[in-house]
Amino acid sequence: MPDSNIQEGAYNYAYLDEQTKRMIRRAILKAVAVPGYQVPFGGREMPLPYGWGTGGIQVTAAIIGQDDTLKVIDQGADDTTNAVSIRRFFAKVADVATTTSTEEATIIQTRHRVPETPLREGQILVFQVPIPEPLRMLEPRETETRTLHALSEYGVMQVSLYESIARHGRIAKTYNYPVMVNGRYIMSPSPIPKFDNPKLDRSPALQLYGAGREKRIYAVPPYTPVKSLDFDDHPFEVESWTECCALCGSRESFLDEMIVDDAGKRMFICSDTDWCERRR
Amino acid sequence: MYVAVKGGETAIAHSLDLIADKRRGDRDVAELSLEQIDQQLGLAVDRVMTEGSCYDRALAALAVKQARGDLVEAIFLLRAYRTTLPRFGDSVPIDTTSMVVERRISGTFKDVPGGQVLGPTYDYTHRLLDFSLAASGARPHAPTAPVDSAQALPRVGDILERDGLLEPPPPGKSEGETAEDLTRQPLALPASRPLRLQNLARGDEGFLLALGYSTQRGYGNNHPFVGEIRFGSVPVSFVPEELGFAIEIADIDVTECDMVNQFAGSHDVPPQFTRGYGLAFGHAERKAIAMALVDRALRAQELSESADSPAQDEEFVLAHSDNVEASGFVQHLKLPHYVDFQSELVTVRALREEVEKRNRRAALDQAAE
Repeated sequence: MPDSNIQEGAYNYAYLDEQTKRMIRRAILKAVAVPGYQVPFGGREMPLPYGWGTGGIQVTAAIIGQDDTLKVIDQGADDTTNAVSIRRFFAKVADVATTTSTEEATIIQTRHRVPETPLREGQILVFQVPIPEPLRMLEPRETETRTLHALSEYGVMQVSLYESIARHGRIAKTYNYPVMVNGRYIMSPSPIPKFDNPKLDRSPALQLYGAGREKRIYAVPPYTPVKSLDFDDHPFEVESWTECCALCGSRESFLDEMIVDDAGKRMFICSDTDWCERRR
Repeated sequence: MYVAVKGGETAIAHSLDLIADKRRGDRDVAELSLEQIDQQLGLAVDRVMTEGSCYDRALAALAVKQARGDLVEAIFLLRAYRTTLPRFGDSVPIDTTSMVVERRISGTFKDVPGGQVLGPTYDYTHRLLDFSLAASGARPHAPTAPVDSAQALPRVGDILERDGLLEPPPPGKSEGETAEDLTRQPLALPASRPLRLQNLARGDEGFLLALGYSTQRGYGNNHPFVGEIRFGSVPVSFVPEELGFAIEIADIDVTECDMVNQFAGSHDVPPQFTRGYGLAFGHAERKAIAMALVDRALRAQELSESADSPAQDEEFVLAHSDNVEASGFVQHLKLPHYVDFQSELVTVRALREEVEKRNRRAALDQAAE
C-alpha cells in the first residue's frame, strides 16, 4: 500500500479556502456591477451533490461571517430535508447562528421560493440556480446564448412567449419565468414560481444567484428594476387560489397542495413555513 | 398532516445511521480493509483515481469502501476532497517513453522496437466464471521476466512521425506558459486542446465509451488504429521554485493510448496520418482508447472535416462528460419540487377549464341549431 494521506482533515472556515472565496467574491462584485449578467467563476466541487444547491452554498460560503444569522429554505420551508442539511453544513463549518425567522436572518439561502415577509436593506438573498441561462431551452449552445446576450438579441424569447399564447391563449410559463433586469439582461430568476417574481422588483435586499454545476454567478443589486416579460395585451399575472391556507387562513401567500386521503381530498397550506407559523 | 414535511433533521440523522449500517453489512462477514480494495479491486481504484483527478490509491480505496462500490459516488467523494487540497504548482510533463512498461502493444505493426509486451490483460481470457475463485486459498505467483527499467521505449507514433507519415502531436501549451486548470477555471468554449484533454481524462468512462463507439459505427468515423497502447509506471518530476531544478516526487501507473487516424492532405500537402490521444491513471485501456477516439473526433474542425456527429460536437461532449455533474443533476429530481409543480397544476387546471368551457359552449351552440 502506498503512503496514505488519510488523516482527519481540518477544513478552512466555511469550508472553502480563502483563495477560492476571494475568487468567488470577485465574481460577485462583477455580477453586482452588471446586474443580470452571468459571470463565469471557477466553481469547486462541494461536499454536496450538484443539483443540491452547490452554487448557492459557494456564494453563501464566500460571504458569510461569524456575525451573520443564516436562514435556509427549500420550497419556502425551513424544515425540508435539503434545507436542514445545508443549514447543518454551515452551522458546522462556519460556526454561524441559524434562524428560521425571515426578519432575523442576514443571509437567506433559498431554493425555489422568495419569502413572503418583505425583505429589508442589508439582507442578502442567495438563490440556488440549476440552469442560469434563461435562453437555454430555446438555444442549448452556450457559445450562441452568450452572443445573444451580448447583442441583447432576445427575439427568440419573445417568440416563445407568443407561441405559448397562440397555443394556450395565455403565457403558460409558470416557474422560472424570465425577467428583464435593469432594462438590459434577460435573467432566469431560478425556478421560483412566477408568484414570486414581483418580489424581485426593486427589492431592498441584495439578490445573489449561484449556479454551481454551470459555474455562473449573477446578481440583482438592491432597488434594481426587475420586469417579468409580457405583452401589452397579455400582461404578466401571478397564480391565485380559491382556497386559503388551512393552518393560518392566509389568502395572500403561495399555497402548497397536499393530498390527504385515498379519495384525493386536498388541503392547501402556506409554502412559507415561517410566514405561516407567525400568523397562527 | 403537516408532519409529513416536518422532522427532516431526525430523518436525516437516522438515514445516515442506516447507510453506515448497510455499508458494514452482515457483521459475521469480515470487514473489507483498504489494502484489500487496493490490491484486489485495483481497477476500481484506478477508475476512481482517474475520474476523481487525484492519484492516491489509499484515498481512492477509502472512497470505494465508503461508497459501497458505487464508483461514481466514490469519484465524487474523492473530488470533493481533492478540491480542498492546496496547489503547489505544475509538475514537469511526464515522459511516457521512459515508462517501465508492464504491457505495450501496437495494432499497426507486427513488431516494434522494444517488442510487443502482452502483460496482464483480459483480452485473451475466456469469459468463463472461475469457480475456484469462489473459495479462498493460496494462489501461485505468475512467472516474470526480468525488466530492464533503464531502457527507454520509443513510441510507435514517434517513429512514424520521424518519417513524416504521422503528424506531430498538436500543440499544447508553449514553454513557460502555465497550464490551464479545468478544476480552477470555468470551461470556456471553444476550449484549447489541453483543456479538452483534461475534460476527457476526468470524463465518465461509459460516456466516452459510447461516444467513441459511435464514431466507429459511422457517426464521425475517423478510421482509427491503435498505434500503441502502453501501461506501466512513470516518474513524476517537479521543479520547486527554491531549487530551480527538477526532482522526482513519485512514480505513478498510467495507461496511454496513441491513436493513428485517417490521413489528411491535399494535392499540394503530402497526406499524413493524424492523432488522437488518451491517458488514464492506473490500468484503464477501455478508457484510454475511448478517450483517444473522442479526442480525435473533436479535432474535426481543426482538420477541416465536417463535424455533424455527436462525438465531434465540442460543446455537447465537454458539457456532458462529467459524471459527478451529470449524476447530481439527474438525481436532484428526487428533491422536492412541489412549489414548481403547484404552479404547473394551477395553470394546467385553468387551461383545462377554459378548453372544457369552450367545448361545452360549442356543444350548446350545435344543439341550438
